[in-house]
Amino acid sequence: MAESPTSLSSKDVAHVARLARLHLDEATIDSYRTQLASVLSHIARLGQVDTSGVEPMAHPLDSVNRLDADEPGPVLTVEQVLMNAPAREGDFIAVPKVLGGESA
Amino acid sequence: MIRPDATAVASAIRSGALRAVDHARATLDAIDTANPGLNAYHEVFHEAALERAAAVDALIAAGRDPGPLAGVCVAVKDNIATTLGQTTCSSRMLEGYRSPFDATVVTRLVGAGAVIVGKTNMDEFAMGSSSETCAWGVVRNPHDPTRTPGGSSGGSAAAMAAGLCDLSLGSDTGGSIRQPAAFCGIVGLKPTYGRISRWGLVAFGSSLDQIGPFTSTVRDAALAYGVMAGIDEHDSTSAAVAVDDWQATPATDPRTLRVGVPSQYLRNNDPAVTEALDRALALLRAAGATIVDIDLPMTDHGISTYYVIAPAEASSNLARFDGIRYGHRAAQRAGEGLEELYARSRSEGFGAEVQRRIMLGTYVLSSGYYDAYYDRALRIRRLIKQEFDTAFARCDVILGPTAPTAAFTIGGVTDPLQMYMNDVYTVNTNIAGIAGISLPGGTDRSSGHALPIGLQLQAPAFAESRLLRASELLESLLSA
Repeated sequence: MAESPTSLSSKDVAHVARLARLHLDEATIDSYRTQLASVLSHIARLGQVDTSGVEPMAHPLDSVNRLDADEPGPVLTVEQVLMNAPAREGDFIAVPKVLGGESA
Repeated sequence: MIRPDATAVASAIRSGALRAVDHARATLDAIDTANPGLNAYHEVFHEAALERAAAVDALIAAGRDPGPLAGVCVAVKDNIATTLGQTTCSSRMLEGYRSPFDATVVTRLVGAGAVIVGKTNMDEFAMGSSSETCAWGVVRNPHDPTRTPGGSSGGSAAAMAAGLCDLSLGSDTGGSIRQPAAFCGIVGLKPTYGRISRWGLVAFGSSLDQIGPFTSTVRDAALAYGVMAGIDEHDSTSAAVAVDDWQATPATDPRTLRVGVPSQYLRNNDPAVTEALDRALALLRAAGATIVDIDLPMTDHGISTYYVIAPAEASSNLARFDGIRYGHRAAQRAGEGLEELYARSRSEGFGAEVQRRIMLGTYVLSSGYYDAYYDRALRIRRLIKQEFDTAFARCDVILGPTAPTAAFTIGGVTDPLQMYMNDVYTVNTNIAGIAGISLPGGTDRSSGHALPIGLQLQAPAFAESRLLRASELLESLLSA
């Protein structure tokens, strides 16, 4: 492996948490740092395998994704789409204001 | 232990010897008695199940055939969408979530006459090997309530083993059907990737996930598999390969069967597991089967490969849970932006193991590490697949233990890496996309309890008929 995973710092873990959109407190970051370092050290053994000339295999099936015919089919109703929304205003999902200013 | 028999139940109901309503009521009563101790079910559909059973009886009274699963009581893992009740994946993130549609497997089972009796507890988002990460409490093993039923499909396995359904559904991303089947002493089938539609299965590792049945017998597994298998227009990864009719396949003649045993499956097993495997091999040899020593050196790299690919796919799949359209949304704080709301919603909604795997997946996909981890794991994935191809040129099926031990105690494994090692024999089946099954293969009495031991058979992709016929043979040899 290019990087020694045991060198994982709290700063690295905090960076990954931000990429993953997770809100972790310092104690959690510290425990994840230890646990992730241990798992990554184990995973680092993959570096021993000679993979030169081997084609990556992203999927077990050789076939590419099938495309449906471009024909209208049954769809969910507005009620069905909204029934699990955490906040709702009429036929819309209510979300926090994302732009600044009074009128945004 | 009660041994439910789905085939016999359906046959008795179709012939009029048993009323579906009476059978459903008996099953619901059994659940009400035993579930508080096991926590196998998260939700039980008393009223809907009795209504559905009455509809099955009405069809029979009208001279119509409700189908091959007439009146069979089915428990569904809670990551499989049902319009009945909730679909929570045993996560606070999806507490209260109601699916607007049924998963294809549910539609097919109900279409064949089945009665859905409830949703079962699991490791949160199917991430775990012990059902201890379930947000609704741990599930207990019916053979010893101080032990786990395995995971992630622990609730479905425990319900089946305790006789609280006739068959149940699980999902298997790295062993989540086969390991709990082993720990609970039942049959658990993970079909070939793409054999059964994933439409309505909440995605964990999209290139690894597969739905399959838990049953008491191989015959019942084949029955449930036959109803569920086949292409589905809603799942573009469901395979356009004809489903072979296992009943049209002749019973396996042991004298023509070549059973491959990888040397890598013989180390690091508990003595009782080694004994169970040795007994199965002796029985197969005595019946005339050829035992072939094979080599699967990539077995040692399976867990590492899996813990790159599965978390990578999970971190992408679980990105959809942001607290906006559905799922848990954190209470809004003044002056907080959308990004903070996403992050707090996710960290409040997801449990520790799910967040750990999202972190791992995000890390291996992140800039600077992608080639070293993800790309390399995908190359090793091909080597794992090629190794199976080579092995199956020399044998028809591969036999080994499902897990190195019998069920461990609840709280007994606390190190994540040690927990992951439980799946050492099962992950490569998913990585290669082939078929696998766990059969009851023996008993470990070393703890004072009679704990089941599972044996795993693996077969090439789309060779389910071969796998089921070989399983039927082994099942009969072991029970003779």
